[in-house]
Amino acid sequence: MPVRSPAARVGAVPGFVRLIPLPLFLLQPLLDRVVRRLAADLPEVFDRLGRHRTSRFVIDAREMPFVLVLRPDPDRPLFAACPRHREPEHEARVEGRFLDLLGLVDGDRDGDALFFSRDLQITGDTEAVVCLRNALDDVDGSIAERVAAMLGPPGRLALSVLRRAGTGPR
Amino acid sequence: MNRPAKKRPELVCPAGTPAALRTAVEAGADAVYCGFQNATNARNFPGLNFTPDEMAGAIAHAHAAGTRVLLAVNTFPPAGKFGLWQEAVDLGAELGVDAFILADIGVADYAARVHPGIRRHLSVQAAASSPEAIRYFVEEFGIRRVVLPRILTVGEIRALADEIPCEIETFIFGNHGLMIEGRCSLTNYVTGLSTNMDGVCSPAAEVRYDTGVDGCVSTRLGPHIIDRFAPGEQAGYPTICKGRYFAPARGEAYYAFEEPVSLNLAPLLPELIAAGVDAFKIEGRQRSRAYVRAVVAAFRKAIDATLAGGRPELAELVALTEGQRQTEGAARTKRWR
Repeated sequence: MPVRSPAARVGAVPGFVRLIPLPLFLLQPLLDRVVRRLAADLPEVFDRLGRHRTSRFVIDAREMPFVLVLRPDPDRPLFAACPRHREPEHEARVEGRFLDLLGLVDGDRDGDALFFSRDLQITGDTEAVVCLRNALDDVDGSIAERVAAMLGPPGRLALSVLRRAGTGPR
Repeated sequence: MNRPAKKRPELVCPAGTPAALRTAVEAGADAVYCGFQNATNARNFPGLNFTPDEMAGAIAHAHAAGTRVLLAVNTFPPAGKFGLWQEAVDLGAELGVDAFILADIGVADYAARVHPGIRRHLSVQAAASSPEAIRYFVEEFGIRRVVLPRILTVGEIRALADEIPCEIETFIFGNHGLMIEGRCSLTNYVTGLSTNMDGVCSPAAEVRYDTGVDGCVSTRLGPHIIDRFAPGEQAGYPTICKGRYFAPARGEAYYAFEEPVSLNLAPLLPELIAAGVDAFKIEGRQRSRAYVRAVVAAFRKAIDATLAGGRPELAELVALTEGQRQTEGAARTKRWR
């Protein structure tokens, strides 16, 4: 029986995501705020990361014009947007479609299944990625929802649109 | 052993994190199995498992919902390190777990002597598959339930049920890596790390994925490439037993041991219940909350539907399976490949 993979259920990325090539210096304060707030609100996430708290992760949502760089160190957190042609040195790299990556931080997708279906690509330090995955997955509810809440009504609206595009109504 | 017909089997679900445990409870688990953050359990992944404080909170949450917590202490202590396993058993008892899942006879003996009031289950890691072996564990260590290896047909399970004085638990869904349960040393051979105690079959620190210019992804464990996936080809776990290898007698790389495929015995639920299975186990403590939510909820419905006379298939779970393929494994026939 043909069964659609999780990837096959993914719809198109809404236009506003593709329109994000706003100057990165405008995006950066927002990312700083997000990572510092998460570090303050979810200290247990960092415990699970162990020695990989100081690892540098590149997160590549393929549809975006830039990559994200994450160092989940609660003392010196880093969450930055970098142009693709200036990708910094890193320990691990995670690449996938925007809506799949959103599904992972939304607690709605299974990373192993995305890997099996080849919708998620991992390079570099696999242990760092496994740690990050396990740490994020231990957050009750949705990290995406927390971030959206920080941004107020526009954030909640954006997340709602993205969820509809990704997996249908929740 | 006389068994009442159509009793309600227990659904035993995996929890690698406190959030996964809460998800399993919410999705309808009768029992949840989990372990501490060390080598005493066979899913010692980085970033996975429970601190003592987390375990205490998780047990309180589960018990409030009427769900039992089974503590996996199911690896084999190396010489001179038995204390860590004693501590895990003692801590589990202090925190109020409902049962220990044990494999090593030394650990089983310790649990039976020091904490006789707490149920003891025999882990699949013990690979006990004959009535004689199981009876030995029951008589010597008071084992109340055996988790059977995934190498038995339904007919063999039925025959066993009539001959052993304890409950039977079988795997119903998840990873299908048989080898010699609990005794495989392939990872030790390649990486020098323990298959059981250092992060299952593939210690993550030893795994690398390399993408070539042709789009093929090579999976490396330690210094060895163990598989290579063409663009778009479904992938599996980076374990030696699921790798593809070249051999002089073969024209191309082939799966020498097992294939990347997951177990799904949903279609055999009626036969397994009739055979006398007391509990069904879902594999996957290393998987996400999304997996736990989907699989536990699906099997909760499937078991209830089976008891009502239905015959569930659960084909939709194939999206969560390794290699996006599923098998009934040895339950239907020993020639599953």
